[in-house]
Amino acid sequence: MVLGMSTAAITVEGLTKHFGPVTAVDDLSFTVRTGAVTGFLGPNGSGKTTTLRMVLGLMRPSAGRAQVGDRPYVEHARPGRVVGAALEASSFHPGRSGLDHLRVYAPQVGVSDARCREVIDLVGLGAAASRRVSGYSMGMRQRLGLATALLTDPPTIVLDEPANGLDPEGIVWLRGFLRHLAEEGRSVLVSSHVLGEVQSTVDDVVVIARGRLVHASSLAELADLAEHTTYVEGPDRGAVARLLEQHGWSAEVRGAGWMVADATAPLVGGAAHAAGVELHELTPRGRDLEEVFLRLTAPPTTPPTTPPTTQGGDAR
Amino acid sequence: MRAALLTEYRKLVSTRFWWILLIVMAGYLAFLAAVIAFSVNAGSGDGSGGAPGVPASSGVEAATIVYSLINAIGYVFPLVIGSLAMTSEFRHGTITQSLLVEPRRGVLLAAKLLAAVPLGLLYGVVACVAVVVGGAPVLALAGDGAFLGDSEVLQVLVYGALVTVVWAAIGVAFGALVTNQVAAIVVIIAFTQFVEPIARVGLASVDDLAGAAAYLPGAAADAVIGASFFASMGSAEVLSRGAGIVVLLAYAGALALLARWTTLRRDLG
Repeated sequence: MVLGMSTAAITVEGLTKHFGPVTAVDDLSFTVRTGAVTGFLGPNGSGKTTTLRMVLGLMRPSAGRAQVGDRPYVEHARPGRVVGAALEASSFHPGRSGLDHLRVYAPQVGVSDARCREVIDLVGLGAAASRRVSGYSMGMRQRLGLATALLTDPPTIVLDEPANGLDPEGIVWLRGFLRHLAEEGRSVLVSSHVLGEVQSTVDDVVVIARGRLVHASSLAELADLAEHTTYVEGPDRGAVARLLEQHGWSAEVRGAGWMVADATAPLVGGAAHAAGVELHELTPRGRDLEEVFLRLTAPPTTPPTTPPTTQGGDAR
Repeated sequence: MRAALLTEYRKLVSTRFWWILLIVMAGYLAFLAAVIAFSVNAGSGDGSGGAPGVPASSGVEAATIVYSLINAIGYVFPLVIGSLAMTSEFRHGTITQSLLVEPRRGVLLAAKLLAAVPLGLLYGVVACVAVVVGGAPVLALAGDGAFLGDSEVLQVLVYGALVTVVWAAIGVAFGALVTNQVAAIVVIIAFTQFVEPIARVGLASVDDLAGAAAYLPGAAADAVIGASFFASMGSAEVLSRGAGIVVLLAYAGALALLARWTTLRRDLG
């Protein structure tokens, strides 16, 4: 099968799913670029898993469609060779060994026992390969799920909350692993309810809340929505306070100085220089992406928890 | 389909339940065969009937009654192991991965039904060995003989093993319909141990319904093997062997089709 260069790895168009009166996914559209790692973000219950299950043909959409490459998942002759997926960390037969779990599915995706061995070593489960899954920790189950997804060395990988239940060490390992997959040029769609878990590995972000798309862009563009916070401190506290007030920056006292919201260090420094105000410390505190994520996904009825700088229509 | 069958085979042998249940079945049938062999012969000398609830009999008839336990009592085992092929996938969530590698749900069900054939045959052969090991010595010592060379007895054993294959397939289809593992096993045990035995005796005692009893799955299976522990207790009508096979296969087919168009059409979430 030859995919056109312009074909997205995954295309979701107007995808909708009703469960009785509840609309779990509501007219959702986005694409996963070929060769990019896309973070699929949203709070718990926002419809991420339902979306992924529709993409993978496990659930039938109420409306809209999802394609993997040039056709729906179930219409691929051997879908397991096109997409590797790890959906839930608990879906293993407890009485089966990790290696046997892989060997069970190997015939249908056309891989050898040797390849099963290879991937189980790759995810660091080599020593536990012949132990029954009932004795695996949550982190080991997540790794076995990843091994299953990688079994066929597929060009596209779908992971649902792979960081769930991982300890901090496991999360660091997962980040490195995702980066490794990206370097190999795979298209990866990875869901998470915590942006920070995938922030360092994703190229693009798709953010949903209450089943609807609230934001889709590159990670860099998402970062542009984030506020720059700058710490400023000077010997003449009154002069610094007046300076901040003149420019209308919202700032709160922090120790001997102020945390200035939504202003870059060059901006604050330049203003101080122009006004002849002496500064002893001027520190960029970076951007808080998690704050943007919370703002994007916050329910519309409750006001944002952070200070009054909500950027117009983006919050919805 | 070949790959799907290999996958089903590996699913089965990579867990322990199939041989645990096989050993339980062998032990249970051997024990019951010995007990029934002793009971049917107990009162046959004076013609006053055997132990309570067990018909007195002798000769070849006694032997076939004992060996027919493969079906009369043993059929719960292939039903359970067959049902587990599907219900364990739902219980442990592996159905997700199974459908990711084979999204055609009909193919998955067909592979499981086909994989039930060798599994059912294994259960059938072991069940034969168990009733012979348990029943033959008692029949030989306490009764008129084991009759292992008798053609009627051999038919009971061979058809008993073959019928077990169909039971395993019916189990698969039933498990596909009732995907909750506990519910499936409870229904299978309740049906095979209480509902059907009572229905067979009960229906047989009502003239207008006597014919219907022959179409119950256990009765149809008895018709196939040509002997029945239950039939020997009453005067129920029995189908011909061919009709019995058709009725049994119809149960498997109807349950499988029903499952394909109900439970297997649902979303997996």
